[in-house]
Amino acid sequence: MLLEIENLKVKYGNVEALHGINFHVDEGEIVCILGANGAGKSTTLMALSGLVKASEGTITYNGEHINKARAHDIVKSGIAQVPEGRRVFGTLTVFENLKLGAFTCDDHDLSASTLEWIYKLFPILKEREQQLAGTLSGGEQQMLAIGRALMAQPKVLLLDEPSLGLAPLVIKTIFETVKEINSKGVTIILVEQNAKAALKLSNRGYVMEVGRLTMEDDADALLQNEGVRKAYLGG
Amino acid sequence: MPDFGLIVRQNQRKQDFYAKNYGDIMEFFFQQLTNGLTVGSIYALIALGYTMVYGVLKLINFAHGDLFTIGAFLGLTLLTSLGLTNNIGTVAGVIVLAIMVVALVAIIGALLEKTAYRPLRQSNRLSAVVSALGASIFFQNAIMLIYGARVRVFPQNILPSTAVNIFGLDIPVVRIGVFICSLVMMAGLYLFIQKTKVGTAIRAAAIDQGAAKLMGINVDRVIMIVFMIGPALGGAAGLMVGLYYGKIDFTMGWIYGLKAFTAAILGGIGNIPGAMLGGILLGVIEALGAAYISTAWKDGIAFLVLILILLIRPTGILGERVAEKV
Repeated sequence: MLLEIENLKVKYGNVEALHGINFHVDEGEIVCILGANGAGKSTTLMALSGLVKASEGTITYNGEHINKARAHDIVKSGIAQVPEGRRVFGTLTVFENLKLGAFTCDDHDLSASTLEWIYKLFPILKEREQQLAGTLSGGEQQMLAIGRALMAQPKVLLLDEPSLGLAPLVIKTIFETVKEINSKGVTIILVEQNAKAALKLSNRGYVMEVGRLTMEDDADALLQNEGVRKAYLGG
Repeated sequence: MPDFGLIVRQNQRKQDFYAKNYGDIMEFFFQQLTNGLTVGSIYALIALGYTMVYGVLKLINFAHGDLFTIGAFLGLTLLTSLGLTNNIGTVAGVIVLAIMVVALVAIIGALLEKTAYRPLRQSNRLSAVVSALGASIFFQNAIMLIYGARVRVFPQNILPSTAVNIFGLDIPVVRIGVFICSLVMMAGLYLFIQKTKVGTAIRAAAIDQGAAKLMGINVDRVIMIVFMIGPALGGAAGLMVGLYYGKIDFTMGWIYGLKAFTAAILGGIGNIPGAMLGGILLGVIEALGAAYISTAWKDGIAFLVLILILLIRPTGILGERVAEKV
């Protein structure tokens, strides 16, 4: 087991956003977390990345507790996140954004070959290398955000709503690329509202409702599940 | 209402005086211009400290002017106690002195961040501002208690009082030296921010701290570096003011700080080239205003600039960010 989350609770002030969730991710998997707005999906990813602190529970990664670790150390240990809303550095160039992604890597040759791979995945980024990231289209920014996270050479990639606000064709490209990234051995945790596309891509899925994980199954089983179909797949 | 007629008449007299002594009106203008450029470059150095801290923390470090004062007083102490300029020559002595002052003020800046601002990072912004004002009062009183409330004078005759002739204009060597030193430091900072890994991390943290953390950037360390670079430049400016004007006192950071703050706003707060441009522009406006309107109105002119920029273009000259698509 690569990642194991036990009884994870997160509080924002006095409000508890996660009421003690348990899940695990094996190496090489694509696992999706489905759920409505405000269910706590993003909070879960933020807790994994160390941007919000768990008030209770443990996150075990590669046999080590990381729930107390600081965000930059977590990135260094191999967990990178593509945050919701992409959050590219708009006034920096595409190239500078990508270079920042490799902030924790000291190996220049490795970074150079990773960059080459990312340019192969998203050729448009190479074309726009010297452009300010803020001038890219939404889809291009999403590609940049994914590329930027990959520059850290992560073992686990956390994707928060990569399809948000994008055209169907662009979503398709991005999901195909996610599959390709996974085929290179990167474990992926995908948070999505676009449940159908997410389940088709994933090995397993969890359903989250107001701070609790209420369902866990293989992705195919969830696609067939009556409750899931009604709630998230439009009947 | 001030008697504008009187001011104009006085001015006319002053200009006549200068015209007689400087030879011609153009020379008078260019003397004031070079003076303004030099003062402006000092404002720019201090303004960089305000703007960089604002960039990453959205906080005005009101104690920054006092770090500038500390730079001046540390310079005086080290200069008189070590006698560097006597022992190893003027240029080498001043360089060693500058390095020591810069290092010490940088350390004080880092300590300031750790004690006065870091504990308040998660609280609301007003608390940090109050803490900044408190730190300013603390520094000012500490300097007064250590050095006394009277004006202190730098030893004379350290720097040459000669002038060089440039395009028929006699300009004091020291004035040129201050201007060039400031430009070199600004260029160095600009290259550091634009070209290095740490510089890019500073820019990233200024845009989005959370996203910067997701890149593996230690944002606490970035903030500490910013709190070392800003005060280092401010301290260097303090030392240069001491060497250039010769007189320092414990309240000098207040007015220089306000001017530099104005310069940072003028250029666009949070914008590094903006602080440089704003500083030099403010210095020139102020020098020309003092020369052609009235010396008594020098500070008034600077703050008039602040009021006008806040009314007309609150984002400052370069303060406009690229529109971000969401």
